[in-house]
Amino acid sequence: MTTLQKKYKILVVDDEPDLEPLLLQRMRRAIRAGRYEFVFAGNGLEALQKLDQDEEIDMVLSDINMPQMDGLTLLDQIPDVNPNIRSVIISAYGDMKNIRTAMNRGAFDFVTKPIDFKDLQVTIDRTLIHVEELKDALMARDKLVTLQNELDVASSIQQSILPTELPRERDYQMFGSMKSARNVGGDFFDVVRLPDRRVGLAIADVSDKGVPAALFMMSTRTLLKGAAIGAIEPGDVMSTVNQLLCEDNEAAMFVTLLYAVYDPETGRLTYANGGHNPPLIVHKDSTSSLLPQTEGLALGLLPDYEYQQNTVTVEPGETLVLYTDGVTEAMNADEEEFGVERLQQIFADPHPHEAHAITQLIFNAVDEFAGDTPQSDDVTCLTLCRG
Amino acid sequence: MALSVERSDGIMIAMAEGRVDGANAQEFQGELTDAIDPSDRAVILDLEGITYISSAGLRVILLTARALKRQNAELAVCSLSDSIREVFEISGFDKIIPVRESRPDAIASLQA
Repeated sequence: MTTLQKKYKILVVDDEPDLEPLLLQRMRRAIRAGRYEFVFAGNGLEALQKLDQDEEIDMVLSDINMPQMDGLTLLDQIPDVNPNIRSVIISAYGDMKNIRTAMNRGAFDFVTKPIDFKDLQVTIDRTLIHVEELKDALMARDKLVTLQNELDVASSIQQSILPTELPRERDYQMFGSMKSARNVGGDFFDVVRLPDRRVGLAIADVSDKGVPAALFMMSTRTLLKGAAIGAIEPGDVMSTVNQLLCEDNEAAMFVTLLYAVYDPETGRLTYANGGHNPPLIVHKDSTSSLLPQTEGLALGLLPDYEYQQNTVTVEPGETLVLYTDGVTEAMNADEEEFGVERLQQIFADPHPHEAHAITQLIFNAVDEFAGDTPQSDDVTCLTLCRG
Repeated sequence: MALSVERSDGIMIAMAEGRVDGANAQEFQGELTDAIDPSDRAVILDLEGITYISSAGLRVILLTARALKRQNAELAVCSLSDSIREVFEISGFDKIIPVRESRPDAIASLQA
């Protein structure tokens, strides 16, 4: 509940000189108690000047008929000087036409002549409470805007760490994309160039979303990059990253991660799966299958865990699709999940053998399926086409 | 998401219903933490009524398991639907949290 605690400054605008002494006399208790301070102006123009000079004015109490600038014109002008000021209009008794006009021009309330000073005081307090609430709301909004700006920055940092230069070689090409559900997501993918033309590829999904997930994601990515350069076997890379993530993981965050090393010379793909969705391999005949699972669990859960790996061959003309559960668990208005079958269905129709186009097909299919239903998870995809 | 709790023979059984995702994971965690008594020696999370669980929801289960470990208590989950079981299997959570077929199975394993 908002209370009035400070001294409020009220600008009274009237061309009749009797109002000033009358008001000061009738409001003397509240003035003496330090609740109100009155300043006076003789017409609208003078009022605008006062408002312009004195930023401490909280509200305006104005007559309608005045020389030079009347009260209704003043109402139109006040927002240009200070949009947070509220105005109360003093009108002739029964002058509904002017009262309506004043309300339409943004007056907060009105009182009628002859002024009932008790009623005026109630009206003034009600207006001031509204002004206070408005100030609080504006402050909350400013805080939100600041937070939103920080999130936007975090989001752009996060998007900027995703690789933009993906391999496009004569015998294979890759493409990846991430669409965050919230400003800052927990998904990422990465591609690391290794000796002998080999390439390491990773896709990951951090538990939870938002800033904590993004921070955990950043450290996972850095650790992975370091480990990937230091060891060639995906199982070893995963075990190292897991061990480092388990240390000091008080927040019990974890990340599902699939890391694979692809050798374009042979098409051999060695991968270790840490609790992530099994990748899809699309064959030349448009059928597709999920890669066999390797023993593994999400990283950050169990120290000293030895991740297992498996090797398959990506044949020429085949496509490897890495994805996060934002794809398969995308939900439509009927609360159905997109699922692996719909993902496979995309490739049943003729489609280009090109990584960028295929990634686009997947995102389009998920978008079309979900329609206007808001998604709770990031959607991320990384594809590799062997030429 | 809704949580109801009952106790029998020193085992606290929590029934969760609905979806657990990033939007309500914190609420789920709060309710679960409040429901656990320091004297509980074992907790069973009956997930029969859970239709969807995201990684944020799994994290709540992990945090609960860790909190219980600190009071020397055990946690088991039971009655998982096929899709929830798949989430546990793919993520490897079934390797760190005991998954039981049914509530009697879970009770039996905890009393053993």
